[in-house]
Amino acid sequence: MFHWLEKHPFFFAVGVFVVIAFAGLIEIVPNFAQASRPVIGTKPYTTLELAGRQVYIKNSCNACHSQLIRPFKAETDRYGHYSLSGEYAYDRPFLWGSKRTGPDLHRVGNYRTTEWHENHMMDPAAIVQGSIMPAYPWMFTNKADIDTAFAEQLTDQQFFGVPYNKPVPMKDGTTQTVKLAKSVAEAHADALAEAKEVASKMKNQDVKDAVARGEIPEIVALIAYLNSLK
Amino acid sequence: MENRPLEYDYTVAKMFMVTTIVLGIVGMSIGVFIAFELAFPGLNTIFGQGIAEYTNFSRLRPLHTDAVAFGFTLSGIFATWYYVGQRVLKVSMAESKFLMLIGKLHFWLYVLGVAAAVVTLFMGYSTSKEYAEFEWPIDIAIVVVWVLWGVSIFGLIGIRREKSLYISVWYYIATFLGVAMLYLFNNMEVPTMLATSAAGETGIGSWLHSVSMYAGTNDALVQWWYGHNAVAFVFTVPIVAMIYYFLPKESGQAIYSYKLSLLSFWGLMFVYLWAGGHHLLYSTVPDWMQTMGSIFSVVLILPSWGSAINMLLTMKGEWQQVAASPLIKFMVLGSTFYMFSTLEGPIQAIKSVNAIAHFTDWIVGHVHDGTLGWVGFMIIAALYHMAPRVFKRELYSKSLMAAQFWIQTLGIVLYFTSMWIAGITQGMMWRAHDEFGNLAYSFMDTVDVLHPYYALRGTGGLLYLIGFFMFAYNIYKTMSARPVEESELQNASPMGA
Repeated sequence: MFHWLEKHPFFFAVGVFVVIAFAGLIEIVPNFAQASRPVIGTKPYTTLELAGRQVYIKNSCNACHSQLIRPFKAETDRYGHYSLSGEYAYDRPFLWGSKRTGPDLHRVGNYRTTEWHENHMMDPAAIVQGSIMPAYPWMFTNKADIDTAFAEQLTDQQFFGVPYNKPVPMKDGTTQTVKLAKSVAEAHADALAEAKEVASKMKNQDVKDAVARGEIPEIVALIAYLNSLK
Repeated sequence: MENRPLEYDYTVAKMFMVTTIVLGIVGMSIGVFIAFELAFPGLNTIFGQGIAEYTNFSRLRPLHTDAVAFGFTLSGIFATWYYVGQRVLKVSMAESKFLMLIGKLHFWLYVLGVAAAVVTLFMGYSTSKEYAEFEWPIDIAIVVVWVLWGVSIFGLIGIRREKSLYISVWYYIATFLGVAMLYLFNNMEVPTMLATSAAGETGIGSWLHSVSMYAGTNDALVQWWYGHNAVAFVFTVPIVAMIYYFLPKESGQAIYSYKLSLLSFWGLMFVYLWAGGHHLLYSTVPDWMQTMGSIFSVVLILPSWGSAINMLLTMKGEWQQVAASPLIKFMVLGSTFYMFSTLEGPIQAIKSVNAIAHFTDWIVGHVHDGTLGWVGFMIIAALYHMAPRVFKRELYSKSLMAAQFWIQTLGIVLYFTSMWIAGITQGMMWRAHDEFGNLAYSFMDTVDVLHPYYALRGTGGLLYLIGFFMFAYNIYKTMSARPVEESELQNASPMGA
């Protein structure tokens, strides 16, 4: 049979394809129906948080920081409850990372504050002695891309049925609704309102001035995102 | 004409040889630079605070991985295909104007795609998925490039004279099919400009941006099914294709066992795809899948060692060639690193070992003993074998090649030993508890301890890069040397008689 295949490239190629596609079919397809159900307390990202998530990706934070707490005592001691599948239901893409050059960030919102992030992103080594993380001063001047974040929310809702403008259940039995703006202008206004709240806890005068002027520096969006990781 | 040997046309092979070397230098230089950034963080701003956004570790890291995987390695794969393909199928590219055009188009579109990828990654446009960071327009360009390569492969096969496909061709076909399937499924994404707001606005925000078709755990599953098998179908399968051609050619020995090559080929095809789950051990993907990933990773030793042993036994009775020829040295040590790396991988895929190894530098070390020792050495060896034949000149310097071999080997050894120690040390420190059950070390303690190993790793990488420059110089001098004037010798007649 193999000699015959070697003289018939078409059937050879078909054979190879079937053999390599087999594992994917068995492994991946059945899981799809199950894994994307959100756990209670997981809600979609706001415009500002999503803009911050894009800043996180733009700067490859995931190259050094994981967002996956494994079910080991050492990890739950260090980072909090181990990660659950449903907590990632609205993560497109997933940001688990593959290397922990720095600590895990899946629940960083539980134990770091706006002020801490602000100082740390400006000069990590000044906050954590010996840190090898680079500084990210440009995040204090670059503007967050609210338009694209809004477009991403719309895509999430229209193509993937992410429940914006719908009540989602919280752990305390209440519900919360994450608003999706009706227009770009409204999305900007909403994001700015959220940004003002973050900026009110920050010290950097340039950032505060920018937000007062109606601009949203990347750092504000990033902090909003990091604070949402709980 | 009939009695003359076939004149193979290496135009496209030569073009890809150039990109192999150029992109190799780019990718490896970035690699060395970011390795030292981890050891000496001050380097993040060495080119000035103003452009630090583009020179810091996080922005450069995807550029390094993509430049070496899709720049250096893919170029090497294409270069060898356009050389090996013609020779084992007994047909010249010059015989088909169409295939020649496709080959050149393949090259230039590839170069265009690489340029677009470099620019967008520098600017921070990224999907964040490892080895699939490119945004959707580049993904489409990559698909086109890939289809063109497919046309080249099957076009050449279509007009072949040798009816039976040589082992190398099996592996090239598998590379083509495997990467096509993986890349397509992993990069399924919806461009955000397609969405419409309630107010009727469309095309909002950056047109380059897209959203992954998969969410969370599913996304991770598809990504590592892809990520692991990108390793399979870019760093393993086509490299095996190369060694099956170049080792017998260079050594003058026949392949040791046809049956072993059959077993290894079909075994590798079937088993490799299952192993992706070992990237997700103790994550939120279902347990059975993690276990399958672990088990198949261990099974994977069989087909991997099958190929490697087949190669080493091909040298049976001819081991003096290893001492005599630096080119054989590259290939034999390459297969040895392949064996080493395909034993190390399964060990890391065992769940209890993975609990320590995952997220640490041991994984980085594993990747690099495979890529530097196996992929890099094999592509270097292939190009050294091809250079005199495609440029019709003697190789510039054999002793330079030998020196390069030893420098790079030392570099690899420094690289993986330092990363072993770094990884296992950090993994052990993360999990250490004191007598009261509290964590024994802060995260910073586990970073501080890595400094000497990071410096050593950077040095290892630097040695490998220096060797690569020697390689580039050697090939450049070969290319630009005076051609061997064969024709004159043939026509020369004493005293004009």
